[in-house]
Amino acid sequence: MKTLIIVPAYNEARSIGPLLRELKREGPWDILVINDGSTDDTEDVVRGSGVSWISLPLNLGIGGAVQTGLRYAREKHYQIVVQVDGDGQHDPRQIERLIQPILRHQADAVIGSRFLQKTDFRSNWHRRTGIRFLQFLSRLLAGQSVTDCTSGFRAFNEKAVSHLADHYAVDYPEPEAVISLFKQRFRILEVPVAMRSRKAGRSSISGWASIYYLYKVVVSMVIEFIRSPHE
Amino acid sequence: MSNISLLSIAGSVASFVIIVVLTRQRKIREQYALIWLAMGCLILVFSVFRSLLDPIARFLGIYYAPSLLIILIVFFGMVLGIHFTIVLSKLTENQTKLIQDIGWVKHRLDQLEKSGGAEDTSKQAVPGPEGPA
Repeated sequence: MKTLIIVPAYNEARSIGPLLRELKREGPWDILVINDGSTDDTEDVVRGSGVSWISLPLNLGIGGAVQTGLRYAREKHYQIVVQVDGDGQHDPRQIERLIQPILRHQADAVIGSRFLQKTDFRSNWHRRTGIRFLQFLSRLLAGQSVTDCTSGFRAFNEKAVSHLADHYAVDYPEPEAVISLFKQRFRILEVPVAMRSRKAGRSSISGWASIYYLYKVVVSMVIEFIRSPHE
Repeated sequence: MSNISLLSIAGSVASFVIIVVLTRQRKIREQYALIWLAMGCLILVFSVFRSLLDPIARFLGIYYAPSLLIILIVFFGMVLGIHFTIVLSKLTENQTKLIQDIGWVKHRLDQLEKSGGAEDTSKQAVPGPEGPA
């Protein structure tokens, strides 16, 4: 099956090189990096790595970057698309596991979940509370429990790509996409994955910012839920 | 005529003039100028003919008629704020599509340059926001 790995990258010059090498080693897939208006050397690193890339002139944020990749995939008729974040948190060795349910026609979208199995993923109590709350909310809004709806480690089949290429949320894309897919009756499945700690840079979400993030995610999920279908 | 009446007349005339000047200098599109001018007119009329406010205020149960003017202004500000949010959202959406298309065009251009312009480009149109037309 024609598979494309989408790698959104914003200022990931330090981690993207090793990631791309690893991705190329792991599978026979095509790789597309979306350089999301980086101000560091990300573009040069990607250019030298020999993979396909699209460089956005301005920073759109993760949602806009991923959507660019989805539009590319639809245009080129890829049958499977996997999103792998440019910061190296997602382990390329687990992509195979992610696309299995799609190959077996069990799901249209697969989410790599950190919380499906007990792992050594460390987090503090307020983070766990936030995670629990999002699980509760996704069950409430989507009728199906999604343990890790903020995970950006995902795989989609052609049908889901075609839908998301037009309707991908730009602001807080991961949880919103889950709701959007549910509303369109796509089958979503989670598989357990272990994520690595970041190789470089810091998580964009910590401390008080995490409460604000939770607020934004919750509002965006509810809005996506009540939103009228796109024309 | 009370001081507050004079002040609000002066204020509405001033804002009227500012809007007209900005529109003349093409710093405001007519579309938005219309809203502002309508608002300016309304305030001006109520400032000059304060008695017009009284029956409305009485009907609404407002004891001090000029506070109706304040309510009107606040309400207008809110409507305008919502209107601007709609405009901004639309602009942001358009900008996103443009940025994505520029990225795509640059990608195609880069591929073309690499292949020395020999590759056929006729089939590859830029995908529109709702997919290839």
